[in-house]
Amino acid sequence: MENGISRRKLITNSLILGCSAAASPLITPVTLASTPFDARLVVIVLRGAMDGLDVVQPYGDRQLKGLRKSIKAGEAAGAYDLDGFFAMHAALGDLVPLWKAGELGFAHAVSTPYRNKRSHFDGQDFLENGGSASSGNLTSAGDGWLNRMLTQMPGANVTTAFSVGRQRLLMLEGDADTSSWSPDSDMDLSPTAQALLNQLYAKDPLFSESAQVAVDLSAKMDGTMNARQAAKASALAGFAADRLNEDTRIAAFSIGGWDTHRNQNGALPNALEELSSAILTLKKRLGRNWDQTTVLAMTEFGRTVRENGSGGTDHGTGGAMLMAGGAVKGGKVHGQWPGLGELDLYQDRDLEPTADVRSYAAWALRDLFAVNRSALEGLVFPGLDMGSDPRIIR
Amino acid sequence: MAISKTTLNIRFGYGIRVDGPNMSSVAGALRGVSVADPLDKRFARPSIIDRIDLYEEMQAARRNERNKVSGADARFKAVRNKMRSWAVEDAQAYFSRAALSEHGFKERMVAFWSDHFTVSGKNQRVTLALGAYTDEAIRANVGGSFADILKAVVTHPGMLLYLDQITSFGPNSAVGQGQNRGLNENLAREVLELHTMGVDGNYTQDDVRQFAELLTGLRVNGKGFYYDKRAAEPGAEQILGKSYGDRNGLKDVMAFLDDLAVHPDTAAHIARKLVVHFISETPPENLVAALTKTYSTSGGELTAIYKTLLEHPASAAPLGAKVKWPTEYVISTLRALGLAEGFAKLSPREVGKALQNPLQAMGMDVSRPAGPDGWSEAAADWITPPTLAARIEWAVEVAKTYGQTIDPRELVIEVLGEGASNELQVAVAGAESKWEGVALLLVSPEFNRR
Repeated sequence: MENGISRRKLITNSLILGCSAAASPLITPVTLASTPFDARLVVIVLRGAMDGLDVVQPYGDRQLKGLRKSIKAGEAAGAYDLDGFFAMHAALGDLVPLWKAGELGFAHAVSTPYRNKRSHFDGQDFLENGGSASSGNLTSAGDGWLNRMLTQMPGANVTTAFSVGRQRLLMLEGDADTSSWSPDSDMDLSPTAQALLNQLYAKDPLFSESAQVAVDLSAKMDGTMNARQAAKASALAGFAADRLNEDTRIAAFSIGGWDTHRNQNGALPNALEELSSAILTLKKRLGRNWDQTTVLAMTEFGRTVRENGSGGTDHGTGGAMLMAGGAVKGGKVHGQWPGLGELDLYQDRDLEPTADVRSYAAWALRDLFAVNRSALEGLVFPGLDMGSDPRIIR
Repeated sequence: MAISKTTLNIRFGYGIRVDGPNMSSVAGALRGVSVADPLDKRFARPSIIDRIDLYEEMQAARRNERNKVSGADARFKAVRNKMRSWAVEDAQAYFSRAALSEHGFKERMVAFWSDHFTVSGKNQRVTLALGAYTDEAIRANVGGSFADILKAVVTHPGMLLYLDQITSFGPNSAVGQGQNRGLNENLAREVLELHTMGVDGNYTQDDVRQFAELLTGLRVNGKGFYYDKRAAEPGAEQILGKSYGDRNGLKDVMAFLDDLAVHPDTAAHIARKLVVHFISETPPENLVAALTKTYSTSGGELTAIYKTLLEHPASAAPLGAKVKWPTEYVISTLRALGLAEGFAKLSPREVGKALQNPLQAMGMDVSRPAGPDGWSEAAADWITPPTLAARIEWAVEVAKTYGQTIDPRELVIEVLGEGASNELQVAVAGAESKWEGVALLLVSPEFNRR
């Protein structure tokens, strides 16, 4: 419910401030100066809790075998050996060239500070909000960390950050203006109809702000995809890349399908293939801009270390994050391995987190957009201790 | 202040139907939840048993196809097409009932509980079960007690399949030991977190675990739901400080669900959710308190709770804090333009075309919510640039097709009553043609909010 507060706040704010967006005519195209940054950031929210232990498999840990019967790991399972200890799930095989080129890396045994309740929905809101309360309570503003970062970015404007797809992302909500669109959207209205609409929505900021963006973007793009095609991760990534090749510097979208309570061997590859195709689409469509790009893929929490009774895994704590892009110093699995022995586990069931997933994001923001450490630890991720620099950006 | 007829029908129903009876009083709306519904017969759908049969038939046909049995290919295609058309007919029945019904509140409660106890069509088997789940677990219990609906949901194959309960076995049960199978926490967690106590409820990971052990034994076979003692974890479970499940099997599960249904955390969670759904994302606390009290004193009797909700002054307040879900938007449009009967008679092919793409574009893939928490209650989640564009595109198309002969000036008053703003009346009157006036009504904030 708490993210509802931020959305409301957003709307009441614009009411109080005299509806700046609502008062401006719908049909005015947005023309804005671009930011002084060349760096691009793509954040992918992996909804449903990705099993970090199966994606970046610690097959060098001798305990692993005894914990998982049907979910196999390592080269025997077709996985790609990364460093003699970790192996990458076979379904990410298409990303091997990126790993070899140093454009793909991971952080393991990471999590947000959220603990114990293991609710997807609270966990996701928490991940996107970026706060520090282990209870899962959001910060009082209830807005998103990527939005708060925008307020620290010189020259940021409404096109700087894009939320892609039909699903709204809390991560990008808050005081800074952002855009959102879906690759299949299109709205073909006559100028008269647009003027009438403008009149009709004048007093309702929620409607007028959305309509303004819709009119602007419809004029620019042609929506030839249908809704199903547009929901594919590669379509979202392709659309994001097109925006990033223009004035946009930050894009975010989500990929679902990670809640593998049963038959994980069958279910996880589907989600991984979506993720893999999103990353490869970004690389292809971004062309030379890929060199300036960082992709961070994060999930709300990890999954149980032990396989459950259905060939799957249940909600856990520590997990993995993925980083990719030409700007990334890849070829490495970052982090301190907690071990999988009985005494090593968190509450005798989960991977013990040894690092805060927010610290990796924070260091990336510092390197990409020159946000200073005190803003990162105080405003963007309030309460975070970034620790020492893991050097994930080239 | 008594609730006006338009507020009653818009806030607690699917809006005013121009060519049929609407709810005219709170008493009538409440009666509608319990009286025999003539639409039950007209829109009766295949039972869960029929659906399980059909699924098994499909599986058999697929096996035969793999084994190159002659004629298997055609058989498989026929069964698969039947499965698809059942799903479309389910959707048509669901939308038609809401569009035609004079008991709009009942239909909205069916939608509310279906969402509260979300089953998402994550695979063919669950998708096929959906229509029966809605009618058998939800609709049949919408006027009972919360315990009735909870127990019906937790023992319905639709939910057992969706939240993986069918793959959960007591680790020390006969089946668990024999086949080396174990526990799956999914259903137990979501029942506590989403269906009853709420995520802020006073339960622990240990309660989830013990509850999951208690739930082992709930199974599905060709005859539907059954309890299999051989799959159930032996011994008692300690949940929320009380002991359950020493030797009575299903009775122990039901005893816990009965206790859970009247737990104070459940009362508070359900009360708040009702107010958030029907009134506002910032629910009036006096109404939440009143509902919580009725919930507790009545032991979760739904009709008593509904009565408190509908009679409370906060329910008569001006409309507009909420945005209609895309389903509500489409259904209220059918009612406002007199299209309900026509829609109910469409062919499955036309229904698929009329519903699926527009609703998806509006952000609602109706049979497939993203997770067991169901659809968002936040207005801002439904009015985004792409989803508002989809509403506008669809409304323009509908108005062009069906609004050529409707006088939009009268329609605005008929459909919105006292909620029709001056601006909207002026805009509609100033439209270049009738259908454009109708389109303006349909895209207006007043018609999209409730």
